Amino acid sequence: MKYIDEYRDKTLTDQLIRSIRSLSVKDIVLMEVCGGHTMAIQKFGIPSLLPSNIRLVSGPGCPVCVTSRKFIDTAISYCRMPDVIITTFGDLIRVPGSSSSLEKEKSTGADIRIVYSPLMAVETAKQNPKKKVIFLGIGFETTSPTSAIAILNAHKAGIKNFFLLSSHKVMPPAMAALIDEGVRINGYICPGHVSAITGTGIYEPIARKYHLGCVVSGFEPVDLLQTILMLVQQFESGEAKVEIQYNRFVKAQGNITAQKALQEVFLLRDDWWRGLGVIPQSGMMLQPKYNDHDADTMIPVSVPEPVEPKGCICGEILKGLKYPKECKLFGKACTPADPVGTCMVSSEGACQAYYKYNKS
Amino acid sequence: MCLSIPAEIISIEGDMAKVSIGGTIVNACLQLLENPKVGEYILLHSGFAIERLSQGEAAETIKLIKEFEDFQDEIH
Amino acid sequence: MISDKILLNHGSGGKMTHELISSLFMKYFDNPVLRAQTDSAILNIDSRLIAFTTDSYVVSPVFFPGGNIGKLAVCGTVNDLAVSGAKPLYLSCGFIIEEGLPFSELEDIVKTMAAEAASAGVLIVTGDTKVVNKGSCDKIFINTAGIGRLDENRKDISTGKGIIPGDKIIVNGCVGNHGAAILCARNSVEYYSGILSDCASLNTMIENVLQISKKVKFMRDATRGGLGTVLCELAEKKEFGVDLTESEIPLDESVRGLCEIFGYDPLFMANEGKVVIVVASEDAAKVLETLQASETGKDAAVIGEISSTHQGLVVMITGIGGSRLIDMPAGEQLPRIC
Repeated sequence: MKYIDEYRDKTLTDQLIRSIRSLSVKDIVLMEVCGGHTMAIQKFGIPSLLPSNIRLVSGPGCPVCVTSRKFIDTAISYCRMPDVIITTFGDLIRVPGSSSSLEKEKSTGADIRIVYSPLMAVETAKQNPKKKVIFLGIGFETTSPTSAIAILNAHKAGIKNFFLLSSHKVMPPAMAALIDEGVRINGYICPGHVSAITGTGIYEPIARKYHLGCVVSGFEPVDLLQTILMLVQQFESGEAKVEIQYNRFVKAQGNITAQKALQEVFLLRDDWWRGLGVIPQSGMMLQPKYNDHDADTMIPVSVPEPVEPKGCICGEILKGLKYPKECKLFGKACTPADPVGTCMVSSEGACQAYYKYNKS
Repeated sequence: MCLSIPAEIISIEGDMAKVSIGGTIVNACLQLLENPKVGEYILLHSGFAIERLSQGEAAETIKLIKEFEDFQDEIH
Repeated sequence: MISDKILLNHGSGGKMTHELISSLFMKYFDNPVLRAQTDSAILNIDSRLIAFTTDSYVVSPVFFPGGNIGKLAVCGTVNDLAVSGAKPLYLSCGFIIEEGLPFSELEDIVKTMAAEAASAGVLIVTGDTKVVNKGSCDKIFINTAGIGRLDENRKDISTGKGIIPGDKIIVNGCVGNHGAAILCARNSVEYYSGILSDCASLNTMIENVLQISKKVKFMRDATRGGLGTVLCELAEKKEFGVDLTESEIPLDESVRGLCEIFGYDPLFMANEGKVVIVVASEDAAKVLETLQASETGKDAAVIGEISSTHQGLVVMITGIGGSRLIDMPAGEQLPRIC
């Protein structure tokens, strides 16, 4: 397939691996903060190809993993209401709430529909005017513009029964918070699709303040290996700057149209991240003018403060401080079939990725 | 996050396009892209075209890797 | 630990299905024949070996690109018998029909079943019909059971008793087509592809293989859990491992495209016309040739081999030469945005 296969070419990846091996001398820890990168790295078997002095760690880049239990509990409260249809990405279906999950609720008859696009949720609202259709908005800057368009379209068409429950977040505050919390890394593999929207200016403060190379990476093996090579080059020469590896899709200024949609529909708020606590200005909520479509405002529910399960160290794993196998619950009480924490539920959570690809 | 895939625009109708990935045709919303054209490649995410491909940069990436290798071979 | 409610994933052929079988059905039904957990039960009746199998078909939509529920019902049971090394002879067929189903749709299904049975050389010899209230079933459910004759020298094919490191692993063609066709049929508003289900009876092709080689050690058909599930089941708790080469796995471009869009793994997409064969390496070439001479095996390929290392595990060498472990998903794959 065009623009995919060329970046999976073994001749090129062999070359990149040779270059990495010849250049990389010092021990180096690189963190990715994008669930898509977590998956791709494991899927292509990249760790098995790198020299042992290069360590790849997974940060809080999986939006499902950093989403609070309260969000799921709220969604579950909604789905138990008789006139509600919940529309959601597949990623959330198995995430455990405090006492249930959307999957379990679905099995008892709750109207929960998996959608591929938020526009499908708007369409559902249009076709079911007597129901409240609530879309569960998760994702970082790649996905929040699509929610923004959904809101704009619903608003314009007068589809009053479409609501957003937003858990959208933005990545750079978390990248800074990690370092402030003491996580020690030598470079960031920056999320390629987030950056296609935002542009790369958002990483400049991080590169400057923490002296960390930030390279925006694509998702194919050539992309990831070239990114690792670029970060190794920077680190070996003592540099720390923002570079774009994924320049076939990422421009320094990003996608202005998408940025405008975000600014029109959303504003930033302080938000709670699993493992990191409250990070200022890291979450997205609807602008007051769109409050008619805000689930929190229009359909308030009271949900008790959730309790984190005992022994679950998702927080530390999300910060890259521990590996999944260091969790007492990993592979025993917490498995993909029966997850305790979100790192195991999400197909790109560090624990599930690790479990699937490294069971031995 | 952000599972996205390069896709070719094969037809446009208003704000929506049909895009193809290896023969599978999906609907894509064009509201996040300026001046989309049939035949160009876009990045498909969650039913939207979120960016367009720069073919020049795409070729450049591959070229650079090959050149770096040649350079490495020369100095060794 | 089984959940307090039966969930859809308990029926999707992955880990949760396995858990349900082992912790509930095996607990109460346990017997030596069942314990083998093969595609067909191997019965010894008055010193004659009979293979016996059953399957229920609840697919939605009932008509999909490449076939319908009736075709599945015949092919699926024929194949379960054939991959055990048996010659499929007779099928039973039970219908549970939702009130209101158009007669013409039922007739189309029945016609397809008759044609497929004739083509596979089996007779449908007994059956049952029930009609239930509207809403009590999704248009039509079909159960088929089948029996076949098994020769003594083929009785270990379903358990893979003689497998040793170095044996080759072959699949008869492109994987994931059925799962992809069903997904497209269910979501035809949102996306389209020309993918057809690979639903087909494999008994003639398999008989040709078993005639050409006496060193076929194992066969299993890859159905709803995908090729990956068969390989994981093959390796599980065994003294050997499975080595897989990603670049050798036959895959249609459009199935690959679909998987890339939604984040599916083609290894775990459903099939209805695929068999995994383990054969001694010296016979691999001629088995491959025999498969490729058949319509249902023209894209057959050697995709891996039995390994003496990483016992119990399936390890795949990726297209770029990295290695990763293949493990069964918990349940049905979900489309993801992440």
